[in-house]
Amino acid sequence: MQVMLILPELVLIVMVLVLFAASLKKIQGTALTSMTLVGAFLALVATVLSFCATGTLFVGAYQVDGLSQLIKFLLCGGLFLVFFMCRGLSGIEEEMQNEFYLFLTLSALGLVMMSSAVELLTILVCLEISSYALYVVISFRRGEGRRSEVEAGIKYVLFGAVATGISLFGLSYIFGLTHTTYLNEISIQLPKMMDQPMAVIGMVLMLCSFFYKLAMFPMHAWTPDIYQGASNETTTFIATLPKIGAVALLIRLVSMTGTGITEFTWVLVVIAVLSMTFGNLAALVQDDIKRLLAYSSIAHAGYMMVGLLCGNQLGMAAVIYYIAGYVLMNLACFMVIYYIAPRGENITFAGLKGLYRRSPVLAFTLAVGAFGMAGIPPTVGFTGKFVIFTAALEKGFYGLVVIAMVNASVSAFYYLKMARAVYCQGEEGEVQALQLGFGAKVFGAFLILAIIIVGIMPQGLMNLADQAVAALL
Amino acid sequence: MHMEKYLILNTLSYPVLSVIMLVPLVGALISLLIKDELRLKVFGLLVTLVTFVLSLPLYTCFDLHTAKYQFAELRPWFSLLKLNYVVGVDGISVLLALLTTFIMPFCILCSWRYIAKRLGEFIFVVLIMETAMIGVFISLNTVLFYIFWEAMLIPMFLLIAVWGGARKDYASVKFFLYTLCGSVFLLVAIVALYIKTGTFFIPALMDQEYSFAYQMWIFLACALAFAIKVPMYPFHTWLPAAHVEAPTAGSVILASILLKMGGYGFLRFCLPMAPAATLYCMPYLIALSLISIIFGGYLALGQTDIKKLIAYSSVGHMGFVTLGIFLLNDQGLKGAILQMINHGITTGGLFIMVGMIYERTHSREIADNSALGMMIPIYVTFLGIFCLSSLAFPGTNSFVGEFLVLLGAFKKSTLVGFLAIPGAILAAAYMLRLLQRMVWHNSDGHGHHHDEAEEGNHGHALTDLNFREISMVVVLTFFVFWIGLYPTPLLKIMDASVVHLLQQLSAGGATVPVDPHAGHHALLELGSWFKQIMIF
Repeated sequence: MQVMLILPELVLIVMVLVLFAASLKKIQGTALTSMTLVGAFLALVATVLSFCATGTLFVGAYQVDGLSQLIKFLLCGGLFLVFFMCRGLSGIEEEMQNEFYLFLTLSALGLVMMSSAVELLTILVCLEISSYALYVVISFRRGEGRRSEVEAGIKYVLFGAVATGISLFGLSYIFGLTHTTYLNEISIQLPKMMDQPMAVIGMVLMLCSFFYKLAMFPMHAWTPDIYQGASNETTTFIATLPKIGAVALLIRLVSMTGTGITEFTWVLVVIAVLSMTFGNLAALVQDDIKRLLAYSSIAHAGYMMVGLLCGNQLGMAAVIYYIAGYVLMNLACFMVIYYIAPRGENITFAGLKGLYRRSPVLAFTLAVGAFGMAGIPPTVGFTGKFVIFTAALEKGFYGLVVIAMVNASVSAFYYLKMARAVYCQGEEGEVQALQLGFGAKVFGAFLILAIIIVGIMPQGLMNLADQAVAALL
Repeated sequence: MHMEKYLILNTLSYPVLSVIMLVPLVGALISLLIKDELRLKVFGLLVTLVTFVLSLPLYTCFDLHTAKYQFAELRPWFSLLKLNYVVGVDGISVLLALLTTFIMPFCILCSWRYIAKRLGEFIFVVLIMETAMIGVFISLNTVLFYIFWEAMLIPMFLLIAVWGGARKDYASVKFFLYTLCGSVFLLVAIVALYIKTGTFFIPALMDQEYSFAYQMWIFLACALAFAIKVPMYPFHTWLPAAHVEAPTAGSVILASILLKMGGYGFLRFCLPMAPAATLYCMPYLIALSLISIIFGGYLALGQTDIKKLIAYSSVGHMGFVTLGIFLLNDQGLKGAILQMINHGITTGGLFIMVGMIYERTHSREIADNSALGMMIPIYVTFLGIFCLSSLAFPGTNSFVGEFLVLLGAFKKSTLVGFLAIPGAILAAAYMLRLLQRMVWHNSDGHGHHHDEAEEGNHGHALTDLNFREISMVVVLTFFVFWIGLYPTPLLKIMDASVVHLLQQLSAGGATVPVDPHAGHHALLELGSWFKQIMIF
């Protein structure tokens, strides 16, 4: 059954084609929404069905293994959640709604393929599929002034192009060293060379594309402007799915360099420290919630890097666990932004004031999401950080973990600020109650429960992640 | 499994520890469904009372002759890190767990009229708080301990930030960030211990031998978190702000239970796991405790706000607790544990009294609440009892605890004993000053409106305590005198565990470096580790 190997991809391709046809017919409204939701759900089912599949395709360039299937499951699950959350599309121009779904699905397809790609050029092609689709979507925003979203779109293109260019340059170094583009062959040769400057430089440059996707320090500068400029729906997508894909590839590429601590590891340590410190300090002074979340995502990329650079099984598995939890917590925050902005505008702290009176469900969702990101137990954010730091201490990175912990407590301040705005301010005066539909309430409850239950009982997801990375090392 | 040699598994018909931890949590979730205010209050009270009743077998069925962890439960939880869900209590934690379940009904009762807004959320938060606090005392797993330790921050933060006084924003954020930063290093220490030993199980961690420098690391990392929670001078600054702004129930929870977690942490982590480091650091911690006692007492002497006065007196009283702990002898430790219980009852009672008078006069200033003796005699009677208990009057509970601590101090060194005595005198000074002003106080004309007759004092006549309030303070008063006159049952419960702790200390203390300069070498080594970290 070769078809089982690429079942999720096939479902997504069919979905893209159907959406394309729908865009020609200008099908809109409920029909379009239900079509995309069914499609995303089928893709999710397909990932479950093909979860245990293993094998290689396309002359060894495409590998279906534990890691790829777990990541595909997270991606399709995330896609379904994003589509379900944003099904109102209040921030997207009406005539663009078809294309919005089309391009996001296409981007997800690129990411799904990327998680299976084990050949450098294939990886790059998949990466470009997912990026190009997003370049277009950024500027689909309803609104009077089109300046900020166009600016955001252009910035995203330029940064993306530069990141890809740098990656290609690094790739040429790696190819020059190893004379192959297949990861499994590179991983045999590379660990011996990891103390050579050329290998270190090549690897770091090659990773830049993924740093860009994950908003890691040297490639982070696009994040706040794009988060702020793009519509709430698009930002929700950008803040979640591409990061899952980037994590998958970072795990594959970093694990290629072996488990020893080399010069390369120290470069990653510096990147991790700068990423979390810069992200947290900049987030402290933000007023726009989306900008704040952008900077916080830079910080979270830093925490994930701590797990990645350990190079041990526990660290890598913890990163997968962390990104899954991070997606849930991010969705919780963006859900609130999306539902309190009926016309798709950006939300500041003033807009959050007294939210508990307007909608208790949204208020609690935001509080759980924010405290989760701050790493307060019993949430998935705490458990993720805990396992990552355990892995790092196992490798002896005491200083790094202390810096990360100090960062986590700095970050608590601005997450606390969100919770305070929601629960402790705006007690007086008339407020307009927010009418949430049944679907939105269920969605909020799902996120709250997921964040807490996955946090208290990490066993299931951690075991899956552990098996997924076991094959790589 | 090797873990079982430390445990006596639960033989009661129900898993008592898990049940008392989970009942408030389930109650909190159910309370979300109740809309009616009175029903909410009654429901909250019922849940806390049921929890208390369910926790009583901990006292009646406690085996006095063993230092093992009793009523234990052991279940697999997260096998990748060899984490188990393991709970159990010994002679120290059982008292604190009981104190928690005992105090919580009072927190609901004293909020009966005080909480005027968002009552449903209040009950929810208080019940969640109870789960977390019980969890801290019964956890035998460092990760479980840390989870509850941190999870407590959010409900406590909300208690201050939503239902607090005028400066609630400042106080709540200060509380949250201060305690969060303190526990950062605790987590690092927990993970470091796991990496060294391969276990998160607290009793097994106590049985390991660590090098002196390693012990210093562990000790300092843990001690920072616990010293902030206690709070020990110079980490006390969050406490007065938090106490003054918190609602009555928040103050009671803070004073009666939260502060005890610091002392409990010292007893559970620092002493048994790092005995050599404890012996080495003992003089410094005794010095800090003495400073806390005297400093807290002096500051309490100068306060005009009743709540602030009691808050600073807490700093002094908790100084006695840490002093007792770091005397590292039998009397000191027992006195410290007993003093934790006493402080929970007495200061909890005092905060409840302050809440009552605030409900009547809407002021916490001593000047606004003076000369109450004629008007509300029942109130001032009980206020007098709690004040006397706070200054350790013979016959009340604090006398026994403070006496034991002082006995231990004189046993350790006459100097320490003499230095601690002014603390006791200061307590008498500020408490009697408070009592004198509030009960009698000549209306000698300065400042306020006392020139007019008594009836004009507060604009309207004050009502004395009602049945709910009297029943609260009567129960607390009963325990004030019971422990004061007959503390033997409590001392018996902690006896085996304290003896065991002293054995651990003397066994581990044998590894303390004989060379008087070895400690300095260890400190130098710490310094060089720091350098290495900075260099990386």
